[in-house]
Amino acid sequence: MNFENYDPENFFDEFFLKPGTPRPEVERLIKRINSFPKSEMTNRRKSANAAFKQMGITFSVYGDNKGLEKIFPFDIVPRIISAKDWSLIERGVKQRVFALNQFINDIYNDQKILNDGVIPKELIFSSVAFRKECVGLKPPKDIWCHVSGIDLVRDKDGEFYVLEDNLRCPSGVSYVLGNRRVMKQTLPVIFEALPIRPVDDYSGRLANTLRNLIPDSIVKPNIAILTPGIYNSAYFEHSFLAQQMGEELVEGQDLVVQDGYVYMRTTKGFERVHAIYRRIDDEYLDPTVFNSDSLLGVPGIMKSYREGKVALANAPGAGIADDKAIYSFVPKIIKYYTGEEPVLRNVPTYVCENEKEKQHVIENIENFVVKTTHGSGGYGMLIGPSSTRKEQREMVDNIRREPRNYIGQPVIQLSRVPVMVKDHFEGRHVDLRPYVLYGEDIYVLPGGLTRVALKKGSLVVNSSQGGGSKDTWVMADDGI
Amino acid sequence: MLSRVANALYWMNRYLERAENTARIIESQLHMLLDLPSMRKDPNAWKPLVDITGDAKYFTENIGDYTRENVIFFHTFDNKYPHSITSCLTAARENARSVREIIPSEMWEKINNLYLGIAEPGADEEAGRSPHKFYYDIKMSCHLIIGIAYSTMAHGEAWHFSQLGRYLERADKTSRILDVKYFIILPRVDYVGSSLDNVQWTALLKSTSSLEMYRKRFNLISSNNIVDFLIFDRVFPRSVLYCINHAEQSLSKIYGASDELSSSSSLYRLMGKLKGKVNYSHIDEVMDIGLHQFLDGIQYDLNTVGEEIHENFFALKKVSDSSSIGAQVQ
Repeated sequence: MNFENYDPENFFDEFFLKPGTPRPEVERLIKRINSFPKSEMTNRRKSANAAFKQMGITFSVYGDNKGLEKIFPFDIVPRIISAKDWSLIERGVKQRVFALNQFINDIYNDQKILNDGVIPKELIFSSVAFRKECVGLKPPKDIWCHVSGIDLVRDKDGEFYVLEDNLRCPSGVSYVLGNRRVMKQTLPVIFEALPIRPVDDYSGRLANTLRNLIPDSIVKPNIAILTPGIYNSAYFEHSFLAQQMGEELVEGQDLVVQDGYVYMRTTKGFERVHAIYRRIDDEYLDPTVFNSDSLLGVPGIMKSYREGKVALANAPGAGIADDKAIYSFVPKIIKYYTGEEPVLRNVPTYVCENEKEKQHVIENIENFVVKTTHGSGGYGMLIGPSSTRKEQREMVDNIRREPRNYIGQPVIQLSRVPVMVKDHFEGRHVDLRPYVLYGEDIYVLPGGLTRVALKKGSLVVNSSQGGGSKDTWVMADDGI
Repeated sequence: MLSRVANALYWMNRYLERAENTARIIESQLHMLLDLPSMRKDPNAWKPLVDITGDAKYFTENIGDYTRENVIFFHTFDNKYPHSITSCLTAARENARSVREIIPSEMWEKINNLYLGIAEPGADEEAGRSPHKFYYDIKMSCHLIIGIAYSTMAHGEAWHFSQLGRYLERADKTSRILDVKYFIILPRVDYVGSSLDNVQWTALLKSTSSLEMYRKRFNLISSNNIVDFLIFDRVFPRSVLYCINHAEQSLSKIYGASDELSSSSSLYRLMGKLKGKVNYSHIDEVMDIGLHQFLDGIQYDLNTVGEEIHENFFALKKVSDSSSIGAQVQ
């Protein structure tokens, strides 16, 4: 299998400038693959799949049989990012997370940005992600979004755009680490030949990020990851991170609040927990404050958090910054809090709450991607060009009924990377989610999750919609 | 450690031990029948394998005749029967999945692999085609899992909860196999000393993986010696006594140095009594009381210990006394 007949077509291709002419940072990889015996790549793909299965690197699909686990489809052709591109991404993402954190802190405290009229107040107070319970909160060291995943795409012109910010419980980093582990055993010869930046120390840095929230006076702090349990779609990730950090993985039933402090039930009685990386959404975190039907959370944990007796990451309320209607204001947010121009641009976004923008989306619906402002996983979205008339009409009705819940974006022709299809390579659209940790400083993991639309021509890369993933190789330098 | 985690580790090991024992019993039966052409025609040749379980009622109601196929299905693939190998491995794997962060990755992978081997379509055909290999592989995978745990897991609390589950299960299984098989083999006085007799006793030893070790200690096959060996051998890791002693050791390690906690615990006392009973009995006394009565008593005590373990460590407790919490925080 080789790249001789590979056709980048009329897209931005991450591997080829034009047919037969690879990009400099990918040249060595292509040479190596072209030199393999014919069935080599197929054999290596088989062994990679077997490794994923054996290691149980899975996610659960909702609506399917309860607890059914699937392997996240994986393509062994890596995606390569040059050192130069990465340095831009890194700067842009850091700037963005810094500004978003300032923004969240401001929203729940002084609300300067609202008083200065940079963002309409109604947009904040009408957001389902705005938690009035968090007003006046001062989290440790004023950090709200400790772990974030910023989705990036590349358009036809090759420029990187931010597609959305994920500041609640962004998942996927375990696949970054799992993919890398499998790739190292699948294609060791290529690793030896290229200066690929390692991703392995993420778990250690995550642990430090959480430790940063605990006062120094506590000598032996306990850190825990709070999971909804083994039927959650991201359970593999929760348990993987707990294992890699060497910290406790707890469920709501393991925790109890007493005298304002949080304890876990152990075989020797109750033991205090100081910091929690919670992978449960705000709504389910504390039935006494939020959704009272929830059995997943811990009654009283919000009060404990408020009194500074336990640290939570990410802070409840942080989701206000990833409401997709507020996303459209992020360039202004960056400018407001840093005085700088955004390093990475937003995809042009039309907020349906705004009458004029709504009309524009409705009139051009067949050319727009329409998303719900607080949705995730690709659920409830419309891709104009590939949708039916009926779907478009239904979406227009939805927008008219609840304009606050929708935004529209012009379709972006996402860049493509080759994937293995039977006995040859074909281009498929990809996005990229780098992971950012906000602790003593802001850290971006050199890599990230490259999601790939495995269906020919599809622009939807979400795992819940049949997408797969690739290992992402950030080059240490451009010494090619 | 978290009560929920301790619970999962304990049961993960019990289920693995149970699956392994079942695989071994079937494997030894298959071997035995190859040596006994006359028995292969006996419609009840496979019945003892159901009697051992104590679930003969379920079998007749849900499965049917004691054919080889039926018994093998019941013990291996019947996912409605909670003690079949499939059910045990599913439960073991589910427990392992809930404590993946605690156990070594290699151990999880092996458990996952073992489960996939039996849960995937075609596994039953594979078992039908080459049953010896099929059960042998299950047994060896279980040994491998124990080996991985032994050499890569810290021998701390998680380990001791695992050991506790494994040894209690093993003590129970050894006593059950002995209990049932003894009475099936023994009544046939005319067989004593015959080759048929020897083959059957040998099968009993094989199904507890103890033939070779038995030979080293007693050399000749004799029913009394076999019973003696499987209950009272001090150094053979599948004897009832060895299992109970080791379960007790793990329990004291779990309690740690806290004498106050252990001496006041009814679990600790129950375990001590059971240990005493097995340690200070002699094979002659056992035969005087009656083997079945003796083993029945042991099984009863093992059950009580199991219930007490649940009460002590796993059951959800209310925060009743905040001062006791304060003490734990120090």
